[in-house]
Amino acid sequence: MSTAYPLPTGLSPATVNNTASLLRIVALALISGAAIASRLFAVINFESIIHEFDPWFNYRATKVLASKGFYEFWNWFDPTAWYPLGRVVGGTVYPGLMATSGVIYNILHALNLPVDIRNVCVLLAPGFSALTAWATYMFTKEMKDESAGLLAAAFIGIVPGYISRSVAGSYDNEAIAIFLLMFTFFCWIKALKQGSALFGTIAAVFYFYMVAAWGGYVFITNMIPLHALVLMLMGRFSHRLYVGYCSWYVVGTLASMQVPFVGFQPVSTSEHMGALGVFGLLQIVAFTQFVRSHLSSTQFRSLLNVGLFVVGIVGTAAFVGLTVKGTIAPWTGRFYSLWDTGYAKKYIPIIASVSEHQPTAWPAFFMDLQFLIFLFPAGVVMCFLELRDEHLFVIIYAALASYFAGVMVRLMLALTPVVCVASAVALSSLLDTYIDPTEPDVAEEQVPASTDTTTSPAQAVTTTSKKAKKAAAAGPPPASTPLTNLIAATSPVKKGSPPPPKGIFGIDARLVVVLNTLSMLFFFVFHCTWVTSNAYSSPSVVLASQNQDGSQHIIDDFREAYYWLRQNTPETAVVMSWWDYGYQIAGMADRPTLVDNNTWNNTHIATVGKAMSSSEEVAYPILRKHDVDYVLVIFGGLLGYSGDDINKFLWMVRIAQGVWPDEIQEPNYFTPQGEYRVDDRASQTMKESLMYKMSYYRFAELFGGQQATDRVRQQVLPKVGPTLDYLDEAFTSENWIVRIYQVRKEDPLGRDLKSANAFEKGKKRKRSKPQPRRRAVA
Amino acid sequence: MAPKPTSPPATAVNPLQTLWKVYNDNTPHRLKFIDAFLFFLMLSGIIQFAYCILVSNYPYNAFLSGFSSTVGQFVLVASLRSQVNPQNKDEFKDVSPERAFADFAIGSIVLHFFVYNFLG
Repeated sequence: MSTAYPLPTGLSPATVNNTASLLRIVALALISGAAIASRLFAVINFESIIHEFDPWFNYRATKVLASKGFYEFWNWFDPTAWYPLGRVVGGTVYPGLMATSGVIYNILHALNLPVDIRNVCVLLAPGFSALTAWATYMFTKEMKDESAGLLAAAFIGIVPGYISRSVAGSYDNEAIAIFLLMFTFFCWIKALKQGSALFGTIAAVFYFYMVAAWGGYVFITNMIPLHALVLMLMGRFSHRLYVGYCSWYVVGTLASMQVPFVGFQPVSTSEHMGALGVFGLLQIVAFTQFVRSHLSSTQFRSLLNVGLFVVGIVGTAAFVGLTVKGTIAPWTGRFYSLWDTGYAKKYIPIIASVSEHQPTAWPAFFMDLQFLIFLFPAGVVMCFLELRDEHLFVIIYAALASYFAGVMVRLMLALTPVVCVASAVALSSLLDTYIDPTEPDVAEEQVPASTDTTTSPAQAVTTTSKKAKKAAAAGPPPASTPLTNLIAATSPVKKGSPPPPKGIFGIDARLVVVLNTLSMLFFFVFHCTWVTSNAYSSPSVVLASQNQDGSQHIIDDFREAYYWLRQNTPETAVVMSWWDYGYQIAGMADRPTLVDNNTWNNTHIATVGKAMSSSEEVAYPILRKHDVDYVLVIFGGLLGYSGDDINKFLWMVRIAQGVWPDEIQEPNYFTPQGEYRVDDRASQTMKESLMYKMSYYRFAELFGGQQATDRVRQQVLPKVGPTLDYLDEAFTSENWIVRIYQVRKEDPLGRDLKSANAFEKGKKRKRSKPQPRRRAVA
Repeated sequence: MAPKPTSPPATAVNPLQTLWKVYNDNTPHRLKFIDAFLFFLMLSGIIQFAYCILVSNYPYNAFLSGFSSTVGQFVLVASLRSQVNPQNKDEFKDVSPERAFADFAIGSIVLHFFVYNFLG
């Protein structure tokens, strides 16, 4: 057997194995380092701070856990959220994330490393991303081999599709969930392969952890049964499947019911019924197999098959019957909207109003996954070619997750791991083929020519690629090491194939392909770093813009306003805002809020929407009834910050309309031509709405008599701005992004505030003419 | 969960008898012992379920934990049975009977930890 490039001789298999495992350990350590380091852009560029909206609640809950202990956290009733109602936090939260950082916090303190809980929260996601890389390595190792595992780990370490949800400071459930997802899947594959109840139990325990951490656990609950079902349908039932699935299901289901937020759902909702059905089916199939092993009569077997069929039909009918009867709850809106993509927009505007719940555009796939997106189908095809039991899992996962990621931007996160795994399988097969030094057997005259020309570039290959080195070290022709066997087994090169010899000849053909692959990998690294630093590392709490000279200008209006609230208002002052800012107000301003990002009570949100979208006279009683002291709006018209409340206003109208269709109608907020405008052509209802008035109050004055332009809507506003009778401007931040209004108390003389105001104004105008119409800022 | 000693088709009386005979003749004592335990677990599960249907499911978590303890124990024992069954030796290459018993013990301990935690 000739080789394309010289290989070191005289190495013992033990040396080769030891070197390979050392290289693997070093590679995994470097991958973890890269995964952590690439997530720190936001911390280094800005500061160590919690980002976005949801993480602020998780952070607040973790602070309670760290300061008061687990038991207090478990029974925590938060009276400041959803102001008149309050929120039972312990029963409405997935506690896995908080518990994890609480444990880390306590361990660090036990080791005399007094780290602030905020830093534990900020750096939790990067830390767990390193664990995700390791779990992906283990998972891919089961699919192919260690080298594919390393590639997959390297991919998921830096791929932007996962970084986007796990940068430092993004303290969200997904931060630990993807690690748990991959590790649960790894344990499941291991349980299926070995037929071991131990791995089934470990999978169940990690499944429990996943249930405690993220609502996306439903994906696992349906993925594993689907895999088992497909295996059974393909006639691949084995006792290993029975052992693995049953030990996972019984322990996992009982364990998942311990989480208060999940409760009895695993036995009563449609999302979990697939797992139960497959569990029942497995019992029947296993029993049939048992009987079949004792009797070999074909007639009896067919009779049993009929029995199986009947039981299956009866079982399905029972499920359908129970669902129709209502014993089993139907799909919740959130899940149902994944199947019927128009459902949310029609019936649950609050789900459709979240930008992450929109369908994904093509460029997003490329931006998040770069060249993995076109290696991904190739990897799935390679799984089809081999089609062991565990390859089916990757195929099903790929098909399902691709669909979900296409329906919802947010679910790109669930797709990313399988993309990394499948691409790693494809790329590693390619590299196996082209680094494999064995030349195909051909007629004698060609062999010396190829080996002669290839001696010098061989050095180039061995230095450029670590994998090349490993393969070279592993391939001394006489010694049959595990790796050579492996290469021989996995390489699709047909050695000694009949007459027209197929295969790769010489070093140049190898070099072209390998160098091309390497350059793709390099570009991948550059792309990932670029996307991470530019797109996904901005903490949305502070807004950054660049000055003319390239220096960074930071707009910190949010914290300015929240800290004003924190320091200048009584601790019991209730703040009303749109639900997006609920968690941030509670986290940073530490004031009770009416609604927040946990949108569990749609009517309450609609109340806020109604108050915001109706006129002052209508809104004022609502505000007074809810003890609202301050109203907070986000206004981006001065700075061109497009995510402001005027742009979200139509959703408030829609959500309010869903509850009070008689009082709020969306068409009233459009011009007769059907345009959504804020300038002097805006509709009367729009101009009178509380949101419009609060946003544009005194805005025209800012331009000193010139035309007032709204930079977001690009519209010129009327010279005379709206007036407010029931609210006082309390605070407006530096760039006018956050505006806080104080709700006036009732007039002491019992007049309604509008006439009281008019009276006051009229008097003023009579007494001193030059005095401008200006209201004192409280 | 299909009942163990009775088979769905009621018409085939003769095959049932042969099945019973073949089972009695060919099954090692160890497996018969396991099967006795399986039978007991099944009876316990049936009684609990019947009680739940006939009387009340009021402390629903108590019913669920009791019932899933029997169901879980049943499938874990059934797993153990298939792992130690000499007929399945080639299927479970990585799992020796001793390892299978250890797996079973660990699985049961974890299961019953959750059962007691859920009992309320």
